[in-house]
This record gives sequence, structure tokens and C-alpha cells, in this order.
Amino acid sequence: MAIATEPPEARGRAAAPGRPSPAGRWRDRLYRLDLKASPFLYIAPFFVLFAAFGLFPLAFTAWVSVHDWSLLSDEQSFVGLDNYTALLTDPYFWNALGNTVSILALSTVPQLLAALLLAHLLTMRLRGQTFFRMGMLLPNVASVVAVAVIFSQLFGRDFGLINWVLESLGAGRIDWQTGKASSHVAIAVMVAWKWTGYNTLIYLAAMQAVPRDVYEAALLDGASRLQQLFRITVPMIRPTIVFTVIVSTIYGLQIFAEPQLFGGAGPNGVTGGASRQFQTLTLYLYEHAFNRGFEFGYASAVAWTMFAVIVLIALLNYLFIRRIRSDS
Amino acid sequence: MTRKPFRTALAAGTAAAMVAAGAACSSEADDGTVTLTVALFGDFGFGPLYEEYMEANPDIKIEERISEFADHHTNLTTHLATGSGAADIEAVEVGYISQYTPSPERFHNLFDLGAEELEGQWLDWKWQQALSSDGEALIGLGTDVGGMAMCYRKDLFEAAGLPVERDQVSALWADSWSDYVEVGHQYLEATDGSYYFESSGNMFRAMVEQAEQGVYDRDNNIVVESNPAIGEAWDLTVEAIEAGMSNGLEAWTPEWNASFSEGTFATIICPAWMTSYIETNAPDAAGLWDVASVPGGAGNMGGSHLVLPAQGEHAEEAYALIEWLTAPEQQLKVFEQTGNFPSTPELYEDPALTGLTKPYFNDAPVGEIFTAAAQAVQPQYQGPLQGDVLATLGQGLGRIEDGAQSPDEAWAQVMSDLESF
Repeated sequence: MAIATEPPEARGRAAAPGRPSPAGRWRDRLYRLDLKASPFLYIAPFFVLFAAFGLFPLAFTAWVSVHDWSLLSDEQSFVGLDNYTALLTDPYFWNALGNTVSILALSTVPQLLAALLLAHLLTMRLRGQTFFRMGMLLPNVASVVAVAVIFSQLFGRDFGLINWVLESLGAGRIDWQTGKASSHVAIAVMVAWKWTGYNTLIYLAAMQAVPRDVYEAALLDGASRLQQLFRITVPMIRPTIVFTVIVSTIYGLQIFAEPQLFGGAGPNGVTGGASRQFQTLTLYLYEHAFNRGFEFGYASAVAWTMFAVIVLIALLNYLFIRRIRSDS
Repeated sequence: MTRKPFRTALAAGTAAAMVAAGAACSSEADDGTVTLTVALFGDFGFGPLYEEYMEANPDIKIEERISEFADHHTNLTTHLATGSGAADIEAVEVGYISQYTPSPERFHNLFDLGAEELEGQWLDWKWQQALSSDGEALIGLGTDVGGMAMCYRKDLFEAAGLPVERDQVSALWADSWSDYVEVGHQYLEATDGSYYFESSGNMFRAMVEQAEQGVYDRDNNIVVESNPAIGEAWDLTVEAIEAGMSNGLEAWTPEWNASFSEGTFATIICPAWMTSYIETNAPDAAGLWDVASVPGGAGNMGGSHLVLPAQGEHAEEAYALIEWLTAPEQQLKVFEQTGNFPSTPELYEDPALTGLTKPYFNDAPVGEIFTAAAQAVQPQYQGPLQGDVLATLGQGLGRIEDGAQSPDEAWAQVMSDLESF
């Protein structure tokens, strides 16, 4: 069908001078409205859903956070910033923040470095390349709960596989749950195991876009593989690295399932160990929202504070990673 | 054009399908059957009972859903607060029931459905647990009670030179928990590499539950600091921990499961439901575990009620079902199948109950042991945040076990944590 830019009736009348009939004017307006408004209507569903499930909860959470709002009582009184002050003066909050940042550092840094190296390896000609590339993503497919449960068993104190290996190597058993550093390492291992493959594939995709001749020139200059990686590849895929760092930071600051399942089914699961040694911010929020009197007001304050923390740390990471270019 | 009619037809067909689906969702069963949903936190052994009931009542369908213990209760509280999502019948464990009795309006009052006539059917203290604070409303009917006994490993006791016959073992600590800890010292001296009990928390909780006043007084004040019984229980438990008696295991973890068959500890407080748990988890250790009575003689750990949330639409049908499920005949069937101990005293004379022995535990007369324990229980007032207070105390002991804090530091932290309740 040919594209008609004017309704047939108007075309017929265009040659005649004078105003078109009322029906023609109405059709005209409708048509112009259609041209202007349809694009907005097409993208409206997304925004409607976002407004309902994204914006409204954000605003409502902020509203709840300035009230003393418990699910168990029917009255909610306005308390201003009391929840926030209580939060900032609670040592358990700072403990959770410290734990979260520590777990973030322990999981993200080795994970992204390993992803970089693995991606670099995968760019080389290998037998069964597709198999390796697809295999990289397999750990990511496993559900978080499954990963956490299995790894908690592996890291078990008396009957865990890892302790068994350590003992046979002569290093002695470690009580993974009890120690602060050991529990952070265990949780970091769980997170890294799940997400390294995913990041590897992202880096691999970025690396495919790097022109080959740069490498050839470097090879002629006698650069080793490792030098090629750090001096050529990394600067050229910098935007991708920035992306993965920010996404990993955002995800890593919200870890919940791994520490909760690592702590077991009793109260230790919610407090992240008897000494709160691996309680993350989300776990802290969960404790106050669903465990101790259902204090939704306080938990909402925690949620918004977490938002600020995540933005801050993501920004710091971004500024740090940006410096890659200046190195080479 | 050929494409346009097809597209129109497709659009019309999709719209019609959506409307039809929407209509189907909103219609209710119009053949007269009532579907009752039952939400539990474990296997209560009701499976065969549902079959029986549905056969006898063809217009009732029963759907069961099971969630993990803590999640189940959290979900229940959320559903009650938001007014939707709760099942018609919910199970509530004894550690949580006192959270719900202060707000009886969220449940159907069973007195309105005819529960007054059932009053004598249960143990007094079990009945009272589900009464509202003013006694005007009953929110639940009791299913099982914990009862308390002490399960011990015969082989480990023998290796330590301790008596192995259950009567003799019961006599070792019949009077008090101090005697139990004393035996623990002897055990540790005589053996190497195994522990006396699996975790200090259970021992502490058992001592607290046996006291006349627990962590709350009748005005709902937390009396942990002022109640001497709590202080004594704490000191004795700390002594046991410092002597190295505790295996420091966290309940319900895979480690804990494995330790029953591995035999890393010698004693564990076992309520009735724990005995079937041990049987399932350590089938190869049959004959190595035996059952003696618990220090102090009496005690209850665990047990549940079935409650009817007020948002449920089929109050009468649901009440009929829970009345039937908690009736003595059904409770006996549950006991025979899962070992959950009945809460109806008329069964305590019944030889089917008292004569019950468990071959796994060397034919221990578990019927007798738990009957005696259940009957001797003195009711203790439980306050609204009972579970949370005990969890805080338990975590304090856990920190001492982990070696993270000294007993004084742990106590200080417990006190400051309790202030925020």
C-alpha cells in the first residue's frame, strides 16, 4: 500500500480554494493528534509500569521512612528524621556496612581480574572454543539459593569438603562461619563463583571489538602476552570495565541470600552469625523489617541510606577506574 | 488487502482470550466444594488424615503448603497485618503463639464456633497458651506438645565408664541440671575428642522453661536481669561451655544432621518430635541412641496450635477440620506415624500411647517417658517477644561458644540488645 500522507477526501479538495468541510477539519485534527501523540502512547506502557512498580515504591519508601511505621500496629506517627538518626547511631549498622564493603572488595576485585584473564585466554584460538565460552556461563545459571546452600556445606566446620582438603594438606581446619575474615572469604567465593563467567563473557565481547593490527604491532615490538593484555586490551575496553565495575558494585552491596543461608536457619541466619560477623546491609534491613517487630519505618530509612551508600561507592569506583587511561 | 483481515482477527482473538481468562480467574468453584488451605512449617503427619477426612466429607478439599519454620511465621505475621494471603488454617509454634494472642481480633474466635465444650480435652497449660490475654477468645486448638527427654549415645557413655541403662542414666541427673553438668565433667575427663552435648542453647532454654517464671513477668516486662532462675541457668551453661562440653553445632544445618550418625556428642535434649528426626537422619546409628528422662523431670520444648485467621472465608468448615485433626484419635495416629506427642491427657492412660516403644532407641518406652514429662509441666507465662528474647540470649551463649566474647562481655551485650526490644 502506498503511503498516503493525506486522507483521500482532502486530496480531492486540495485544489479547490476555501475551507474544508467540518468532517474534513475533524479528520485533520485527529490525524495530527495521531502523529504527535502515538509515539508517546507506544512507549507509555513501559513508563506506566515503571511509575507503578519503580517510582511509586521509591517515593512511598521515603514517605514510610519518616514515620514510626510498624506492620503490627495500626497507627503510624510522623517522626521526621528520627529513623535516620537512630540508624546512624546504631553500631550494628556500621558493622553491617563494614562487612558489606569488605565482602564487596573480596568478591569484586579477584572476580573482575580473573574475568579479564579468562576473557583474554578465550580470545586465543582454542579447541572447543564454543564449549568453553558457554561453559563460562553455567555457574551463573544456578540459582543463588542453590549456590549458597552447596557452598555452605562445602565450608562446613566439621564435615565440609574444604576443611577436609585443608586438613589433609596439613593446614588444619578453619571454622568458616565463626571468624569475620573467614566468613567474608567464604561468601566472596560464593559470589565470585557465580558471576566470574558472566563478566568474562562481557569482557570477551568487548575484546572482540579491538582491532587486530594493534596486537600485531605490539607483537612486532616484542610485547609479551601479559603486556599486551594490560597495555593494549585494558585501555581499549575501558568503557566495558567501567560498566562491569559499577554493576558489580551495585550488586555486591546488596548481597542477601548468600550470607543468610550461610548463617543457617535459626537466628544466626538473620543476624549474620552470633557476633554479626557477616551481616550485610540487606540482611540488617531484613532483620529490622521482618524479624524485630516489623519496623518498616526504620527499614525504609535503611533502604534509602543504602541507596546513598551505593551511589557513593559506585561513584568512587568509577572515579578510580577512570584513571586507567592515564596509566597508559 | 489480505493482511488486514488476518491482523484484525488476531487482535480480536487475543482480546477475547484475555477476557475469557480473566473471567475464568474470577469465578469460584460453583460445584459446592470448599477448598481449605492449610499452612504448616513442617510435616505434622496430617497426610493420611487429610485422605480420611476428604473421603468422609466429599465436599471439602484440603490443600497443604509447608514453608520453612521462621519464614512461615514471618509470612503469617505479614499476611495478618496486610489482611490477605493467609491460609484458612495456619500452624503456630509455641514460641510464636504469644505474639498473636494479644491481638485476637485477627483470628476467628473459636469460642464462637463451639470450642467451649472442648476445654477439658487438652492439658491446661496447652489450652491457656492459645487464650487471649483477657480469656475471652480462643485462637487455636493444640496439636502436639514437645515433652522433653534426654537422648544419649550408649556407646559413648560406655566408653566413658558411665552407666548405660536408661534408668541408671536418668538417676544420674534426676535432681538437677548441676548434676547433669557434673556428669559432663566426668565424661570429659574420661574421654577424648568427643563432646558432651551439641549446643548450649538447648540446655539453657530447657532450664529457663522449667523455671516458675521465665523471661517475662505477667505484666509483659522483660525480667531477664532480675529473675534469679535466668542468672543461674546462664552461669551453669557458661560453666559447661568453658569446660569444653559443647560441640557448638547450629541446629538444622547439614553439620548438625551429620553429627547424629557421626556421634560427635553424647547427649541431646530431645522432645518427642526430635526422636523421629534422629531416626530419619541417622538410620545407621540405630541401637546406639537411647532415651532417658531429662534433668528436673519435666519440660516442654515445642508443640503447636492450629489457628484460623480472621481473613479466612470458611470459618465453620475450617473449624470442623481442626477440631477433627486435634481430636484424641487423630493425635494418636499422628503420634504413631511421626512421634509428635499428643496434647490430650485422655490418651495418657491409653496403653496404645504409654506402651509405645521405639525400636531405634533400643525399645525405649518413649510413650511413658514423654507422658510423664508432659504431665509434670508447670505452665510458664510467655510474653509477646518470647522467641526473640530467647534468641538473643541464645546468641549470647553462641558468642561465648565461638570464643568471640568472654561471658561477661556476652552478658553485657545481651542486656543492651534486650533494651531495644
